[in-house]
Amino acid sequence: MSENGALLQVRDLRKEFPVKSGFVIERVTHTVKAVDGVSFEIAEGKTLGLVGESGSGKSTTGYCILQLIKPTGGSIRFKGKELTELGREEMRRMRRQLQIVFQDPYSSLDPRMTVGDIVSEPLEVHGVGTRRDRRARVRELLDVVGFNPDYSNRYPHEFSGGQRQRVGVARALALNPDLIVCDEPVSALDVSIQAQILNLLKDLQRDFGLTYLFISHDLAVVRSMSDDIAVMKDGKILESGPADDVYEHPKHEYTRALLTAVPVPDPRRMKERRVERRKLKHVIAET
Amino acid sequence: MALLEVENLRTHFFTREGVVKAVDGISFTVEAGKTLGIVGESGCGKSVTALSLMGLIPKPPARIVEGSVNFQGRDLTTLSDRQLEDVRGREMAMIFQDPMTSLNPTLRIKTQITEVLDRHFGYSKDDAVRRAIELLEEVQIPRAAERLNDYPHRFSGGMRQRVMIAIALACDPKLLIADEPTTALDVTVQADILDLLEVLRREHDMGMIMITHDMGVIAETADDVAVMYAGQIVEQAGTQELFDRPEHPYTEALLDALPQLEGENIRQGRLRSIPGRPPDLIAPPPGCRFAPRCPYAELKDGCADQLPELRPIRPGHLVRSRHPTSEREMVPA
Repeated sequence: MSENGALLQVRDLRKEFPVKSGFVIERVTHTVKAVDGVSFEIAEGKTLGLVGESGSGKSTTGYCILQLIKPTGGSIRFKGKELTELGREEMRRMRRQLQIVFQDPYSSLDPRMTVGDIVSEPLEVHGVGTRRDRRARVRELLDVVGFNPDYSNRYPHEFSGGQRQRVGVARALALNPDLIVCDEPVSALDVSIQAQILNLLKDLQRDFGLTYLFISHDLAVVRSMSDDIAVMKDGKILESGPADDVYEHPKHEYTRALLTAVPVPDPRRMKERRVERRKLKHVIAET
Repeated sequence: MALLEVENLRTHFFTREGVVKAVDGISFTVEAGKTLGIVGESGCGKSVTALSLMGLIPKPPARIVEGSVNFQGRDLTTLSDRQLEDVRGREMAMIFQDPMTSLNPTLRIKTQITEVLDRHFGYSKDDAVRRAIELLEEVQIPRAAERLNDYPHRFSGGMRQRVMIAIALACDPKLLIADEPTTALDVTVQADILDLLEVLRREHDMGMIMITHDMGVIAETADDVAVMYAGQIVEQAGTQELFDRPEHPYTEALLDALPQLEGENIRQGRLRSIPGRPPDLIAPPPGCRFAPRCPYAELKDGCADQLPELRPIRPGHLVRSRHPTSEREMVPA
């Protein structure tokens, strides 16, 4: 744990992707700064919501933290350990404590594995328990996420998106992680099912003291989940702070423009918002 | 007379597993210059409804088994494919969710806009190009004349949707059907596209059908709303009325399931979720299709066995439930 009690501390994180051009002889002509000096921290048991539009660098930030892609620069301290300096084997062990839930429960579960095998895989990889222990643990995990454990011999395609996302959450929980990166976990789901999964994530956080980095383009979803918010655009954080402050009193004009662009389910309020939105129209183009 | 009158429309898919009743007896009208919103979750039949109106359902396996689509005094379900082609794209046009897959990637957008003008009006090449430039300007694409020679991949998602809208407007249609037109776009781009559609609808005095899963988009764009569930309309009302006084347990639950953008203590609250999931449309429940997920169906008054009628509960407000909010006395345990 770091001095100020943050579970995760990110400082000046940068990720550049080379852009190649030329036919046959490819050359790197320039780089795209997908993440450009991002800093934030998350206290244990809290949720930081990372919002932004497509291409803002929010998912890349999440992947860098898990070292799923190697950052170009900056520091990522998790429980006081610098993740960017860890060797392969150390990082592998560290992954038990850092997990991820992906957006698309259709492509993030191996269609040739049964649900039970999918949830059990992280346990096997990390050599946890005997075969029997693992089987019991898988049943327990599926039960926790509200998936009928009797169906663990079935394959993902037999289930709906919501059920599949429960399996994705169970897999992320298998190793008792401290931090889960939730990368657009409900974007592929219908509203009524989305509510089920968001409530589940809240319950798990309360019951297991989980810390979340919650990444989404949906500003209302992020607000319902987050203690703090960071608004990203073009690889940078433009504004961050406690969720209520950022939403009720946004300081950056881009944040205001983003918030007023969201259609809310209230026709009367919508008319007022449309006026606010028109006033801020220039901001989007200029930011 | 209304611009469009749909009566008891049923579109079924005849598959090896059985008959999928994707759209099962829906009726609605669209007045000239007004927007009807159709809202519902995946698989509720909202897109199949749109495709049925346009005569674009895949035949086979699908077939309109019953009902009529009266558009400007003609029943479209009785027209031949050839006759429908004269209506489609000319008097009635449609834009789709994904502008990348609905534009042809191998053709310059000039070709894709002018072909509509050629097909319906027999414009000369020069006239068609001149009109195409006007159309791109109307949907606010900068440097319209130059952009005409570009291929779709040279445009961003929002700009592609503008091109789609330009094509749809080419023949000055009376009715525009927009099927999730902004779902694939970022919120700021979505706002621009919705603004643009509103301006165009007014200027062209078009009727519009806005199909979406997003209650926010409905609140922003629609004059009237039809809520669909499992192939049927379960509630229909003026937009303000629907949001102020939702009657159907499904509409109510759907609104409660939405995370709020504005308010207090949002982080602490829980969302209301709807248990279970929508029914199989091959063998839907015998009674109310929402009954298996409805908290009021426990009341055992037969609503789970007999399909409730879509009935008026207030003037202009229809609901298909035995337990609308305003008639409810018992609260479920």
